[in-house]
Amino acid sequence: MSKTHVNTFDITLIESINLALNRAMTLHPEMVILGEDVGVNGGVFRATEGLRDKYGLKRVMDTPLAEALIAGVTVGMAAQGIRPVAEIQFMGFIFAAMEQLATHAARLRNRTRGRLSCPMVIRAPYGGGIHAPEHHSESTEALFAHIPGLRVVIPSSPIRAYGLLLSAIESNDPVIFLEPKRIYRLTKSRVTDDGHHLPLDSCFILREGSDITLISWGAMITETLQASQELSSKGIECEVIDLATISPIDRQTIINSVKKTGRCCVVHEASRNCGVGAEVAACVSEYAFPFLKAPISRVCGYDTVMPYFQNEQNYLPSTQKIVDTVLASFISLKEVNHAV
Amino acid sequence: MKTLSDSIEKETLNFSIARYSILDNKGNITGALPASISDTKLVLRAYKSMVLGRAFDKKAIALQRTGKLGTYPSILGQEAISTAIGLAMGQEDIFAPYYRDLIAQYLRGVSLKEILLYWGGNEQGSNYQNCVHDFPNCIPIATQLSHAAGAAISLKVKGIHQAALVTCGDGATSKGDFLETLNLAGAWQLPLVMVVNNNQWAISTPRNVQCSAETIAQKAIGAGIEGVVVDGNDYFAVYYSIKEALTKAYTGKGATLIEAVTYRLGDHTTADDANRYRNPKELKEAWHNEPIKRMHQYLINNRLWNEVKEQALLELVTAEIENAVAEYLSYPKQSSESMFEFLYEELPESLKDQYAEAKYENYSLKT
Repeated sequence: MSKTHVNTFDITLIESINLALNRAMTLHPEMVILGEDVGVNGGVFRATEGLRDKYGLKRVMDTPLAEALIAGVTVGMAAQGIRPVAEIQFMGFIFAAMEQLATHAARLRNRTRGRLSCPMVIRAPYGGGIHAPEHHSESTEALFAHIPGLRVVIPSSPIRAYGLLLSAIESNDPVIFLEPKRIYRLTKSRVTDDGHHLPLDSCFILREGSDITLISWGAMITETLQASQELSSKGIECEVIDLATISPIDRQTIINSVKKTGRCCVVHEASRNCGVGAEVAACVSEYAFPFLKAPISRVCGYDTVMPYFQNEQNYLPSTQKIVDTVLASFISLKEVNHAV
Repeated sequence: MKTLSDSIEKETLNFSIARYSILDNKGNITGALPASISDTKLVLRAYKSMVLGRAFDKKAIALQRTGKLGTYPSILGQEAISTAIGLAMGQEDIFAPYYRDLIAQYLRGVSLKEILLYWGGNEQGSNYQNCVHDFPNCIPIATQLSHAAGAAISLKVKGIHQAALVTCGDGATSKGDFLETLNLAGAWQLPLVMVVNNNQWAISTPRNVQCSAETIAQKAIGAGIEGVVVDGNDYFAVYYSIKEALTKAYTGKGATLIEAVTYRLGDHTTADDANRYRNPKELKEAWHNEPIKRMHQYLINNRLWNEVKEQALLELVTAEIENAVAEYLSYPKQSSESMFEFLYEELPESLKDQYAEAKYENYSLKT
């Protein structure tokens, strides 16, 4: 048998998704891809480009335009020994699939005591910032994180997209894999197609620092890293954590970091109210309260409907807003009292 | 004078729906019994299964009334459909049932104990020991239809010449899941059989409020597949139509929608009281068409059955049910920590404290 050829590419996040799908299709003959326009067209963002030619109609299926059906047949296939990876074209259209995800995908293993399970992935591009039409820009990851039995995974770079998607596909649990489309083509980085997996139960520390822990995920990692650089020039060293797996959450990494830094700020694009940031903040106050030197802060999207794209930059948290919020964490208590 | 409609109406699409009926409500066979279904052994097995199903149903309701079972949906009146499904399907086919199909499940290998455990609130009731690929009961209406379609796709992908069979009620045909699955079954020529138990009632909503189409079967026409109506109280007709549909599926000729017309002689569930919304006259009428009496008459007429055999069967059935009830009542309940044990393949680190809390009585939260 010939040795598996290992290539290294300078690629974007969307290309790394394609690379991981291709790798997994080669490794797992029981894997199939399905969704709207994933075949000939290669997906509206080209995530599945070239895969139908390579693996054929039987394994790369263009479905009718019906999201509930896509999720339902995905559950059905997964329960019968197929490893389906379905694409929902935009997260804004995933609600029709919600019933299947909540009432079946998340529960099948539990309700049959492990007799049947759902080794499936639902991929969906999400988030704002690409001037898309209405319903194409929301960030509703918290809705999925609230459903026990699902794993919710969000990559923030080409390397993590590759490694996390491979793990998601090989996981025997149902995974909601949300792709931050704002950074689909933002930067290229070097990805080695060696099948290297990244864990679904750990956060990633992207930058070490001693003064404050910044926790974010998805596209907002870009602004969070920018803010941490700016803050460094002001003498504040941020530890930046990419949460990556929103649920089940890796509490330990967060707690350890906050115990070290004594400060914590959560940054997410989704609305603040009942967002994943609230869970992170609760976790920090439950397990690391005595170590806190300042209140936990959140930089989030507003609790509004996602605006049409002319106004979306005013909705999305900016680097400046992160910087300002972090600086506020360093105002001494005396100054705060004075201000009040 | 030529009207506008004369010039634009070039062609009208006509369609017809086959309606199968073999055994009338007096126990007479109309026409000759097809050879494929006249095997005496099989016919007797069908009768016994229907009798067992009805006796089990009665027992389950009694258990619920005495606080020994949770809410339970009666199958009274629908025994022929479920029996025909159970006997017609191959063991390698995949069954996705709705919640009034316990006879089919039983015939496929689900034990009466497992059925009781399910309605008794124990997850082990869906951990079927003998038909490991079948889907468990599906409570969210119509959602099982797309699972069956997924199962049918999996058979196609694997190149296995078997079929998936799914059941639902008439209420389910109003849901998108039903129509989306029907559409896909046609578009992808799936080896799928969809059986609608049209029992005329979705809790208190009658069939004519669900939709105005003359038959539910004709919805198949819109999806480009065959739809047939069968007398759902006629075991022979149901068995025949399912066998035909399965053969079609096995040979790559696509999906079939079967509307089995029957009547829900009981309440929706033990939590329902049909007297609130159903005319007693209608119910009385429906009893004339129920499936077991006519089958019994058929067997008597053909000297295949007598009262001695009937008594022996009832005793046998009672013993089997009582045995299952005893097993069910003495079955250990699931442990507290089992809530966590099957949630994910492996218990995530973040749930370990909750797991410990559920498992150990004297567990106190770590700080």
